[in-house]
Amino acid sequence: MKIKDIKEILGAEIICNEEGLEREVYTACGSDMMSDVLAFVKEQAALLTGLVNPQVVRTAEMMDMHCIIFVRGKRPHLDMIEMAEDRDMVMLCTDLEMFTACGKLYAAGLKGGSGK
Amino acid sequence: MDSIKLHYDVPGDDFTRAGAASSDVKRNLKQLGVSPSVIRNVSIAMYEGEINMVIHAGGGNIDVEITEEEIIMILADEGPGIANLELAMKEGYSTAPDNIRCLGFGAGMGLPNIKKYTDDFKIETEVGKGTTLYLKVNLE
Repeated sequence: MKIKDIKEILGAEIICNEEGLEREVYTACGSDMMSDVLAFVKEQAALLTGLVNPQVVRTAEMMDMHCIIFVRGKRPHLDMIEMAEDRDMVMLCTDLEMFTACGKLYAAGLKGGSGK
Repeated sequence: MDSIKLHYDVPGDDFTRAGAASSDVKRNLKQLGVSPSVIRNVSIAMYEGEINMVIHAGGGNIDVEITEEEIIMILADEGPGIANLELAMKEGYSTAPDNIRCLGFGAGMGLPNIKKYTDDFKIETEVGKGTTLYLKVNLE
């Protein structure tokens, strides 16, 4: 699935790095606990979270994630957006709750960490 | 090739900057052309350690040595030390306070994750003195 597909499915707004929308994403991880995200290793994954602090971007960076989706209408701060731009990450925002956002992406074919 | 040595002082009072050292090491490894899977293992292990330092120990310092065979990381702090290492190594056990959980950490995955992503893991800790992690990731 391309990041632009995620944007469409979630009715999400692009916060930064629009040129990255053509990138492919194979799996996704949804969590507000960055510790749990760090236990999840998959190639080209997207992160869904309702947490807003710079460590979200750091965590995505360490995991080689290129797309962060903020759920529940949360919006990243300016310093986080600058960090994401420096790292070529796409940031999206959706008003959907975590469960609904994950469910819609799963139903559209995006898999979780175990590939199931 | 001579080994490359990097040193970082990790401030303990600035959560927003935590991870800057790990980020810099990641950049260096990328420039050296190290394989993405090795870079990810090093990054995650060091980042977990760096976050731990800030959350639990009031900061510390990190030394990284990159040789032709391996990447060695030594993370040392003078924090409170770990009272029960056996418990701390169990997934899900955490002594992090609620305010840290609100920041997305303290799920009790730190040390187990560090061990999982490294080829060699050694920890020395003493209550009241501090903790030092000796980590090694082999280059493929």
